[in-house]
Amino acid sequence: MSVLPMPSLLGVDLWALGAVLALSLGTLLLLLLEFLPARAGSSRSAVVSLLVLLVSGWAVFVVRDARRELFGGMFVHDGFTVFFTLLFCAVGVMAVLLSWDYVKRTRINQAEYYALLLSATLGMVIMAASNDLITIFLGLELMSLSLYVLVGFRRSHLESNEAALKYFLLGAFASGFLLYGIALLYGATGTTNLSRMAAFLSESPLRSSHLLVAGGLLLLTGFAFKVAAVPFHMWTPDAYEGAPTSVTAFMAAGAKAAGFAALLRFGLRAMGGVPGEWTPILTVVAILTMTVGNVTALLQTNLKRMLAYSSIAHAGYVLVAVVAGGPEGASAALFYLAVYSFMNLGAFGVLTVMGRGGQERVLMADMAGVGFRQPLLALAMTVFMVSLAGIPPTAGFMGKVYVFGTALKAGFLPLVIVGVLNSVVSVFYYLRVTVAMYMQEPQGEPTEVSWAVPGIVALVVAVALTLWWGVQAGALLEQAQRSVLGLL
Amino acid sequence: MNGFWLTWLVFLPLLGGVLLAAMPAGAARMHRRWATTVALAEFALSLPLWWRVVPWQPGWQFVEKRAWLPALGAQYYLGVDGISALLVLLTTLMSVVAIIGAFGAVEKRTREFYALMLALEAGMIGTFLSLDLLLFYVFWEAMLIPMYLLIGAWGGQRRIYAAVKFFLYTMVGSVLMLVAILSLFFMQKGLTGVPTFELDAFYAMPLAPAVQTWLFLAFALAFAIKVPMFPFHTWLPDAHVEAPTAGSVILAAILLKMGTYGFVRYAIPLFPTASAQFTPWIVGLALVGIIYGALVSMVQPDLKKLVAYSSVSHLGFCMLGLYAMNPQGFAGSMMQMLSHGISTGALFLLVGVVYERRHTRLIADFGGLWKPLPVYGAIFLVVMLSSIGLPGTNGFVGEFLVLLGAFRANVWWAALAATGVILSACYMLWMFQRVVFGPVTHEENRNLKDLSLRERLVFAPLLIMIFWMGVMPQPFLDRMQPALNRTLELSKQRAAEAATMAGPAADGRSPRVTLDLPAGGGR
Repeated sequence: MSVLPMPSLLGVDLWALGAVLALSLGTLLLLLLEFLPARAGSSRSAVVSLLVLLVSGWAVFVVRDARRELFGGMFVHDGFTVFFTLLFCAVGVMAVLLSWDYVKRTRINQAEYYALLLSATLGMVIMAASNDLITIFLGLELMSLSLYVLVGFRRSHLESNEAALKYFLLGAFASGFLLYGIALLYGATGTTNLSRMAAFLSESPLRSSHLLVAGGLLLLTGFAFKVAAVPFHMWTPDAYEGAPTSVTAFMAAGAKAAGFAALLRFGLRAMGGVPGEWTPILTVVAILTMTVGNVTALLQTNLKRMLAYSSIAHAGYVLVAVVAGGPEGASAALFYLAVYSFMNLGAFGVLTVMGRGGQERVLMADMAGVGFRQPLLALAMTVFMVSLAGIPPTAGFMGKVYVFGTALKAGFLPLVIVGVLNSVVSVFYYLRVTVAMYMQEPQGEPTEVSWAVPGIVALVVAVALTLWWGVQAGALLEQAQRSVLGLL
Repeated sequence: MNGFWLTWLVFLPLLGGVLLAAMPAGAARMHRRWATTVALAEFALSLPLWWRVVPWQPGWQFVEKRAWLPALGAQYYLGVDGISALLVLLTTLMSVVAIIGAFGAVEKRTREFYALMLALEAGMIGTFLSLDLLLFYVFWEAMLIPMYLLIGAWGGQRRIYAAVKFFLYTMVGSVLMLVAILSLFFMQKGLTGVPTFELDAFYAMPLAPAVQTWLFLAFALAFAIKVPMFPFHTWLPDAHVEAPTAGSVILAAILLKMGTYGFVRYAIPLFPTASAQFTPWIVGLALVGIIYGALVSMVQPDLKKLVAYSSVSHLGFCMLGLYAMNPQGFAGSMMQMLSHGISTGALFLLVGVVYERRHTRLIADFGGLWKPLPVYGAIFLVVMLSSIGLPGTNGFVGEFLVLLGAFRANVWWAALAATGVILSACYMLWMFQRVVFGPVTHEENRNLKDLSLRERLVFAPLLIMIFWMGVMPQPFLDRMQPALNRTLELSKQRAAEAATMAGPAADGRSPRVTLDLPAGGGR
């Protein structure tokens, strides 16, 4: 390896930064490309963003075993970063594939759309790779701002505008909380760097100082907002419903995982595991999140809203893993997030291909009769629903086994029982989708399906992974465990 | 193929189902033929279980063990013994019968219907053959999906309600069992340091009585819902009435047996102390089920509902036999499982036959069917008598052994259960009288067509089984008894272990229970 002028940026470091660089350059490239007018209905932007995402994933994959601290320890490259970067790139790829036809159909301005998608992915990657509260905040804002715009992208639609405004206002509030928390933590420890914070906390008796507790809780609030945990979930159904469906798919998977990535790294790195004072709070939040999400989802007739509440409930399941604590809990959370991302992308993906032109067919009634009219699509949706409900032989089941198993091992039996009973409740509304598809006759005009290759490819991948991880989760499980060990 | 025999047994129907799903949609004849071929091939493949499984050889046979999820310690672990061999044979036989029996009943969406039937068969066989608790759970739960879709998509008027109820009831019990399985796993891991879901490892792990109680309750709830035992039975009449005939046949013949199988294989040997501790409760509920099921059957206006409630009654006998905790009770329970599978499966098919012709199941709409349908009437007579438990038919052997076992444990149990036998004669004979005997009361019934060749072929194996098991039950008993006795021995041995662990201080009740156990019974 040749010595470069800047000792802190070796070859490996450049590779490690590859994802960030590629995504930044890709965003700029997409915007610049707009100077060359494209044909109407061209897929140029989609192709470019797909390539950019693949390149960034590849760059990280090349140096997957390396461990590096960059920029004075603000940015770290370790197993944890690699895991999440690959996950975000995969989520991005899936989102691009699902958007491919959808944005053309709904006449969304393509270049900006994909540029924002890439910059949101960039924000997520930065969040997962940050070892400093300031960079975490930077990544979070980059992601959030991009998502605010994406949510409101169908600007001729009232719901889309409403969703964006709500998301933005509440999101801005949450960012304020987060920033305030960071300030308090800085005041308590004198640093924003997670490693130094950990060192400071280990040798000072300040662990339970009020400043620290308050700062930690405010930080938690900020993250809870991003992952849509109760009681900070109010924005979720409106934002998910109003956003273009492809964006909903992307943010339901990506933004949630990114929030948890930052939360986990903060918890494990700075606090050396979930602090004892947090456990009761997190337990209550987890129980509320699961229960409120699932019970409210029972009442929904709009699938986007239903899946929004279901995504709240799933945040609750991940929180169970967070409560369990330690590397075990973290790896369970990682595993669950990966699994959840794909099954949820798949479920929203099915919704993106339903309907012709700009119309949205996302009501429960629109699913009626799809089972025998569109057998393959219905089969895919069934797989996703079964997996979200946590029924074998699907990935969702393995995720739940791992999460609840970890919590059980850590001694949270009541929490686990609440969790499994919640998943019974959730079965009811996931089954409603299959009831509609297979057991009801369509009323009104039957739902049409847009068969565009990229979207179908994405669905096939999601189905394959959901089933594969349902029967052969070993590799992903080990990957999740190793990623967390790299961190500690 | 030798090393993969059980794997083939589990996955052949699934493979057949997947291939079937890939066929073009409209070709109903082709779907039926293919499904029949696969089911017959599966039956042929399973037949060697009859002679290749050596009953007295301890332990599992034809074991297949491969790493599945090394990170969790879960294995792909299949094996068979006398108990599961017979249940698998019952499954493959009844699947053939159900699939051929459904030819006339299912006209729409045949491809999906038969694909789901085959997937269901794979799930059931997987459940019986798994020896790894996680694998067992996967099959146990996965099986729900095809059954749910079969009820929901091909069922009657209130099919959606019935399908969802079926799913949710079963799910509530199962998830708590999952928690218990995971708890067991961590205890075992803490004790030996080896992460594994192997059944053998759990059989070898001593469990203190206090721990057993909760784990037993979680397992027992899951199985009791499936059996179904008295207060948890309400999903059964709904599911049975709404399900298509083939679904009812499979549901009655096999799915209910999973609950009792779960008790024999898991709940009793894993948690013998707790099992003995709850014996009064379980026996009480079983007796209530026997009598209540019979009484409710008597007043049903709907044939299918009548048969469904009679299942509650008959399965009560199975549970009573198990909790008599002696060889006779165990064997009787197992015989009752097999014979209930055949007789009740046949009863549902018989109801399906007239439903196909008349599109009603109300007893009041029939009467005097013997005149237009003599062959049907004769078959119905035999099946009905076997369901009552007439000596010489399969039903007698099981009920008799159960009563014998119950008598040894407690005279009153046997006395109360025997009233169930009398009541079953009441409701069955009365129903038969109203449906088949007497003058033809409805003009529409006068010109009904008697059984076709296909339908006769469907009933033929069932009639053979009814008489074979009734007249010569010894081959069946020979095959199941050693495995059942081993289970009983294992339970006693584990109960004794648990008693030494508990000591006098830990739990006042457990020593009493363990002392009683070898004598056979809870009191």
